[in-house]
Amino acid sequence: MYGIGIAKGLMVTLTNLFRKPFTIQYPEEAVPQSPRFRGEEFAWYEERCTGCASCAKYCPLGIIRIVTHPGGANVPEGDSYAIDVFDIDIGRCMFCGLCVEACPYDALFMGSGFERGQYRRDDLIITVDELRSSERRPSTWFRPQLEERDYRPQGGEPLSWEEVGR
Amino acid sequence: MTLRTEPVTINLGPQHPSTHGVFRMRITFDGEVILDVEPVFGYLHRGSEKLAEERTYAQVVTLTDRLDYVSSMSNNLAYVLAVEKLAGIQPPERAMYLRVIAAELQRISSHLVATGFFLNDLGALATPLMYCFREREKILDLFEMLCGARITLSYMRVGGVFQDAPTEFWPAIRDFLSFMPEYVDEYEKMLTGNEILLSRTKDVGILAGETAINCSASGPVLRSAGVNWDLRKADPYDVYDRLEFDVPVGTVGDNYDRYLLRIAEIRQSLRIIEQCVDQIPEGPVRERIPNLVRPPVGDAYAHVESPKGELGFYLVSDGSIAPYRCKIRSPSLINLTVLRDILIGWKLADMIVTFGSIDINMGEVDR
Repeated sequence: MYGIGIAKGLMVTLTNLFRKPFTIQYPEEAVPQSPRFRGEEFAWYEERCTGCASCAKYCPLGIIRIVTHPGGANVPEGDSYAIDVFDIDIGRCMFCGLCVEACPYDALFMGSGFERGQYRRDDLIITVDELRSSERRPSTWFRPQLEERDYRPQGGEPLSWEEVGR
Repeated sequence: MTLRTEPVTINLGPQHPSTHGVFRMRITFDGEVILDVEPVFGYLHRGSEKLAEERTYAQVVTLTDRLDYVSSMSNNLAYVLAVEKLAGIQPPERAMYLRVIAAELQRISSHLVATGFFLNDLGALATPLMYCFREREKILDLFEMLCGARITLSYMRVGGVFQDAPTEFWPAIRDFLSFMPEYVDEYEKMLTGNEILLSRTKDVGILAGETAINCSASGPVLRSAGVNWDLRKADPYDVYDRLEFDVPVGTVGDNYDRYLLRIAEIRQSLRIIEQCVDQIPEGPVRERIPNLVRPPVGDAYAHVESPKGELGFYLVSDGSIAPYRCKIRSPSLINLTVLRDILIGWKLADMIVTFGSIDINMGEVDR
């Protein structure tokens, strides 16, 4: 008999009509993110940074550029190098997080942004001024001390340099 | 009166929606019947093997993510196992369990993608794919909890995994294990007995077990041909020797068997994850080793059962911080060897379906 297939098919449609949708209306609704999310908006704490450039050496693509001169002050460690340039070219960054893993002073953190669309490649370079002036909501990726405190970068309070140490 | 006909050679791809990337096949047809197939690949060649020689052992992990980009965990696992063999590092117990959990989650997600796109190629445009992607999304959420990324994961490190799983991961994975079997049943209800699926895939693209062995095929392609060969059983790595699971084996080796085998493997993977979650011990997750690993001079080969087959890394060390040579034995490339054998004699429309059932990934074919 013909027509049974159509009835069966429409039955599937009917049952699914009253199911809760799995889709999220993205630009209006925020996608729930994990606190470990590795994204841009790198959080960098100048007070903690000694300018050792471990992050730059560890980066598989070599996209972090650091220029220093002697005479800075790293608050926890004493004298250090002052940072002139700290450029992260996120146009080429693959967000592997190895720079964060390499940092021995907990000065660099991943962020949780993912919406940095630009029209020119030059605008994708995060400069030292931008890192200094940005609000720092560090991701808890590779930073167990933040995880222990249940810190959530999405919608959480910005953290100062004293609060992010081990 | 007889018509004189000539075979026609056409190019399928590189930009064809069924080729899952940039893959070209030069096919000779007699009417609609395939006489000869010649695969042409290399459009996505990125030189991963050569790039690995320029990077330190820790940095190569990020390159392996991009080989088979729907199963990054398995690639990570194969690579770190090779380095650990080379440098003689034994990862802690908890790390090995975490790796197995991650690799099996990745197997489920890869098989879901394979099934979805297989049906997409069959003409069931996007509907089964969306069903499969719904659960894949749940797995990607778990990965995001574990390591902060969804596709290019870089989760594993030489000597363990980069960090322990967060506390919220364990309830989430229990939840996943409780609802996932229901969803697999749902696919089976929709697909397994489907008349169109049966008529298009049953007894189409039959691969004999002997041909599969001679072509050194591996993974679901080999097992669907009735050969019981799974590296998780044959050469157990990490903690697979402590886990109980079955290796599903096909009977005929047709497209339908390959589809059924993937669904059966999803169920077995769920079983493995459940055992791992129960057995996982407390403890450290990473061996304390320097950031710049300097393995002694020598070579090592490690292989894993990735979702697509045997994935192996052959590393040669000259004692420096970077591998002297890194050879990748990718299952997708070698499974393509069977393509000619299973396509000749079938029609154009069957070709698309059969090609989809092999489940290749161009990132891995071209490396």
